[in-house]
Amino acid sequence: MTSIHTTTQTDSRADLDARTPRGRIALAHGGGGQLTDELLDDLILPRLGNNLLGGLLDSALLAATGTDRLAMTIDSYVVQPWRFPGGDIGRLAVCGTVNDLAVCGGDPLGIALGLIIAEGFEKSDLAQVIDSIAQAGDEAGVSVVTGDTKVVGRDQADGIYITTAGVARVPRNRVIKPERVQPGDVIIVNGPVGEHGLAVMLARELPQVTSVLRTDAAPLNGLITNLLAHVPDVLFMRDATRAGLAGVTCDLARDCGYRVTLDEARIPIRPEAQHAADMLGLDPLEVANEGKVVAVVRPYEADAAVKAMRQHPLGQHAQIIGHVGHASDGLCELRTLIGGRRIIQKPYGEQLPRIC
Amino acid sequence: MTATNHTVAMILHRLNVLADALGRDAAFMEVCGTHTMSVFRSGLRSLLPANINLLSGPGCPVCVTAQSDIDMLIALAVDHDVTVCTYGDMLRVPGARGSLERARGDGADVRVVYSSMDAVALAQSNPAKQVVFAAVGFETTAPATAAAIHRAKNLSLKNFTVLASHKLVMPAVTALLESGTVHVDGFLLPGHVSVITGWREFEPIVRKYSLPCVVGGFEDEQIPEALVDLVRLVGEQRADLINQYPQAVSEHGNTSALQLLREVFEPADVRWRGLGTIPGSGLVLRDAYRAFDAKARFNLDQPEDREPKGCRCGEVITGAVTPQQCVLFDNGCTPTNPIGPCMVSSEGTCQAWFKYHRIGGQKRRRRSDTPPVESIDRHLVSEAKS
Repeated sequence: MTSIHTTTQTDSRADLDARTPRGRIALAHGGGGQLTDELLDDLILPRLGNNLLGGLLDSALLAATGTDRLAMTIDSYVVQPWRFPGGDIGRLAVCGTVNDLAVCGGDPLGIALGLIIAEGFEKSDLAQVIDSIAQAGDEAGVSVVTGDTKVVGRDQADGIYITTAGVARVPRNRVIKPERVQPGDVIIVNGPVGEHGLAVMLARELPQVTSVLRTDAAPLNGLITNLLAHVPDVLFMRDATRAGLAGVTCDLARDCGYRVTLDEARIPIRPEAQHAADMLGLDPLEVANEGKVVAVVRPYEADAAVKAMRQHPLGQHAQIIGHVGHASDGLCELRTLIGGRRIIQKPYGEQLPRIC
Repeated sequence: MTATNHTVAMILHRLNVLADALGRDAAFMEVCGTHTMSVFRSGLRSLLPANINLLSGPGCPVCVTAQSDIDMLIALAVDHDVTVCTYGDMLRVPGARGSLERARGDGADVRVVYSSMDAVALAQSNPAKQVVFAAVGFETTAPATAAAIHRAKNLSLKNFTVLASHKLVMPAVTALLESGTVHVDGFLLPGHVSVITGWREFEPIVRKYSLPCVVGGFEDEQIPEALVDLVRLVGEQRADLINQYPQAVSEHGNTSALQLLREVFEPADVRWRGLGTIPGSGLVLRDAYRAFDAKARFNLDQPEDREPKGCRCGEVITGAVTPQQCVLFDNGCTPTNPIGPCMVSSEGTCQAWFKYHRIGGQKRRRRSDTPPVESIDRHLVSEAKS
């Protein structure tokens, strides 16, 4: 970006509603010239504007971090359809990146936002996406501090793709990694699983079916900050996105080298999610989530951890779902509802194309 | 413990008592891919008494689809520029020319559908493109294909055909029993197939071969209950057929579905993967519906079937060997790099064993290790050379 504008106040909801943009995105909107300026001034900055973004410098300058380390992450979002029950690609783009930073024990400093928009995309739809980004950012207390917009030909992108990168401050003494996990440690999840992926799949594959399922996309940094305040020594955290709960626990088992056992009776799954999964022939454990974190703590901290999670709206249904065993085979297994056992495996990967 | 768990626990206890009283080993064959999966996923397999063995039969429709059928579908997509619609499971099954998934990656138009009607809708909205539906499955899914063909006929669609690959369960079971190679003490009969055919369809197993049979459901206590009945019948040396899925299965089945099947299809001798040709075991389109037969429209010859070297899927699906007895199991043949169909299908025995049962023994790869080099191509090459 080459021009410098004065800081803009984020417009009120009434103002934005009164000025719902009309028309479609044209190739020139991505050209870096006058039309790009117009798009920024009329549509993007009023919704996202803040001191750092409003400066429209080529880079955002963030406060120095002293002795802390810096966490950095990046994610791309190509979900189809871009809008689904409970959210849209904009919300995902913020929550996904905030959560990746939060599970490292990081305090997010800012988000970089890259938009790739197909020519012909409705401006009103773009406004909705930006609104969602603003809303999710507010919930997380994290701003978009820099961004980029490109427009490609009508057939070159499915409406809109988004990439977000983020940085966070991580205290030097915070060490969260699977190598710290030991036999006896306890595995906790903050709520019911499988809902994001199923909501998106239903919207895409069976739009004629109405369901109460909604995406669970939410920024988890507040929940995790509270958890760390009560249980500073969390050993491992990961958000259970693509590949679902199974993906995280299989990786955990492989990387810590011990056998991880989950208890099917204790894994929270809403009946609606189970029904949708059964209908689609899927396993809820393998379905993507966008607002779920798996945490591992020492056994004597487990109750405190669950209690801390349940204090937060996003952790009301937090549960202990399993433990780490002594067998050093790095396998993940499930103790089933009827008391049997079976292996949990990471899914192949193309079960739910383009979920996030 | 929930109410259901308590019930299941009691049923399992009974199963153990009866199995103990039997005083010998007993083997039962289950001929339904969904049963294979349910038994593993519920953890029931890990709870079976030591002397009770469950063998998987040829109940996985993807596993028994002839390799040549896969090759014809790939040929349609790649050589004839057809839109091929398939159920998800078929996507990764290896043929001699790779898989539908690979064809799609190379640019062929291959689509996963949840219902045969989706394929008809696709044909309707794209009149310029030929659409072929891969009609795979047993009596459970065949009526849906018949209904789709009916609909296509009513819509006078000129661009919709099916590659008919439906199979019938009872002829396959009969062939197995006639061959004398299968040694079982009874059958766990397929729940969903029985919904269509009715339990009377399987009565010859009892009458001609004096083997007890139980129609089993799929939830919680239903499979253990069916096993209790089977073990009890064996203990009493009684050949009988019990319907333990009365909520869904009747004596004569779904007569409308059967009527629809009879109208559109007729039985024929067809090739089963790993089993050869079984008389009267498949469905082909009747003359009145020949216009919807992809083989006829595109003048396709059935190519030869060439099984990958070392693959024992044929023996696995007849219960002759367990997956772990195949030298390729987890040794070149894995769900991500399958050599045979049993490892691909979500109902395939080998995949079920790999996903749910494999414990210990195999190398655990750390993230830093280089991945194994084997790929399906190597096995195809070695097959072609021999």
